[in-house]
Amino acid sequence: MAGLSRSDVEHVAHLARLGMTAEELDRLQGELNHILEQYMKLAELDTETIPPTAQTIELENILRDDVPTPSLSQAAVLGNAPAREGEFVIVPPILGGDAG
Amino acid sequence: MDTDLTRLLAREMAALLRSGETTSRALAEAHLEVAQRQNHALNAWLVIDREGALRQADAADAVLASARRDGPAALVALHPLHGIPVGLKDLISVEGGQCTAGSRILAGYRAPYDAHIVERLRAAGAVFLGKTNMDEFAMGSSNEYSAYGPVSNPWDLDTVPGGSSGGSAAAVAAYHVPLSLGTDTGGSIRQPAALCGVVGMKPTYGRVSRYGIVAFASSLDQIGPFARDVRDAAALLHAVAGRDARDSTSAPVPVEDELLHLPDGDDEAVAWLRGKRLGLPREYFVAGMDPDVERRIHESVTFLVDAGAAVEEVSLPHTDYGLATYYIVAPAEASANLARYDGVRYGLSRRLEGGDFIADYLATRGEGFGAEVKRRVMLGTYALSAGYYDAFYLKAQKVRTLIKRDFDEIFASGIDALVAPTSPSVAFRFGAKTSDPVAMYLADACTLPVNMAGLPGISIPCGLSEGLPVGLQLIGPAWSELMLFRAARAFEGLTAAATWRGLEPAQLAEADDPAGPTPAERAAALAGSA
Repeated sequence: MAGLSRSDVEHVAHLARLGMTAEELDRLQGELNHILEQYMKLAELDTETIPPTAQTIELENILRDDVPTPSLSQAAVLGNAPAREGEFVIVPPILGGDAG
Repeated sequence: MDTDLTRLLAREMAALLRSGETTSRALAEAHLEVAQRQNHALNAWLVIDREGALRQADAADAVLASARRDGPAALVALHPLHGIPVGLKDLISVEGGQCTAGSRILAGYRAPYDAHIVERLRAAGAVFLGKTNMDEFAMGSSNEYSAYGPVSNPWDLDTVPGGSSGGSAAAVAAYHVPLSLGTDTGGSIRQPAALCGVVGMKPTYGRVSRYGIVAFASSLDQIGPFARDVRDAAALLHAVAGRDARDSTSAPVPVEDELLHLPDGDDEAVAWLRGKRLGLPREYFVAGMDPDVERRIHESVTFLVDAGAAVEEVSLPHTDYGLATYYIVAPAEASANLARYDGVRYGLSRRLEGGDFIADYLATRGEGFGAEVKRRVMLGTYALSAGYYDAFYLKAQKVRTLIKRDFDEIFASGIDALVAPTSPSVAFRFGAKTSDPVAMYLADACTLPVNMAGLPGISIPCGLSEGLPVGLQLIGPAWSELMLFRAARAFEGLTAAATWRGLEPAQLAEADDPAGPTPAERAAALAGSA
């Protein structure tokens, strides 16, 4: 498999929502390709019939009674918001146009 | 009383508290004094909470006084950790306190609630001395990836303490606290325990609730104890382990009270080994391993054999695939977990003029995350992206099955526990592995397969190599923590008279120097001379 090109690195950085400088992206391209070479080792193994493991200690679903309990207070939840107004968190506009 | 309280083990402190020969306040003050004095040189703590610790200590003393009035039974009923200072890795939520996870992106964040393990420790009466330094989001094997500077190893201040729980390990080794908690996703408790010469355990996946812990890789993360001996480590695990409905992966498996009653006598502890079958996995003696570390491990094995254990060489044939598997699965899970840092609800926030929310995310995350976190989020995003999912993530999960089967087959064959090195080397110098991510990843080659299989593992000191600690790793089947502690306690008993047992970390005096270099200055000086 060919390695990651510079534009691949930029594409993945955008998917991951990581803003980076040209120098960071240059360095990452080399580092990521070096790490991806290590991944190639897995191709040695035939895993056609092997089931994947997502969870090592298998638990059955555990149900609990649906009992109402207090949640965090509004003040506690809002306390860490970088921008807020009254009882609201101010979020960036996602639909275009004015923030209002 | 002339006893230096910081040199005692937690259970010795507990005995003095009950006999009235000391107070929790005196313990807290003695430990705070050392931690505050040495943090300049070690940087093991991101917060030392003097006020909070003394308040908790006074409350613990009030409970002790009342129990003393009620008679001996009331004193015995107090938890062994009552009034004892404990350090917490700074990814454990304590209500109202900081919880940075070693990252700039959580600077200024205040935890709105206590983690489950913090609730448990409060109920036990433990005293929180502060929050310990760590690699950013627990990603690293040297603590050099903390946004708040590196940590020095008290055995040699020019070397790393290991990571990611480097602050928790260094603080226990340097007598700042008798006990601390860390997390282990690929070796982040066991490897720093080995490099700092203390005991560290990663319990079975599901043993300890992770409610209130900053997540890294959710199918791998576990919480566990650091201590200066096996009995103290077992008591701390006992205090925090068990089912909690708020972490759906925490398992309804009973936590044995025998964890609090490991044998005190060395002979009794050693006798446990007779007839036990221990496996020595040949793949753990990896190429590039420090030959002197290997000698210490083999020497330890001869002690175990002399005490009546049957040690046989075994094979875990897929060990060599562990590194690649881990560095697909863990970054993939991390890339999903770290998506929550969006600069909107909490943490660092950059809002750019012009109102493009994607640009805000890019700026917030680009500025808030350090280089290693970015590398892993990039790897994980790539491994999960369309077209590569089958080749990388699904393939890694299948190989994970093979790694787990290796362990299952060994334990099914009657092997009680595996004996292996914890780390292929002793503590390394600042900067030795930061220029090559893969070299850093190899520091966890002997620990990460255990996380891939969800099993418990413990690292215990087994001697020195050129003056630096070597760790012996014991690995058991799921839920076998009590057996691992018994095995570790037996090894402790076997080596009770060894010269290295009585040695304190070699550079504690240098760490006392308020005018000496900080770890960051040491790292910079080493980088300049390289």
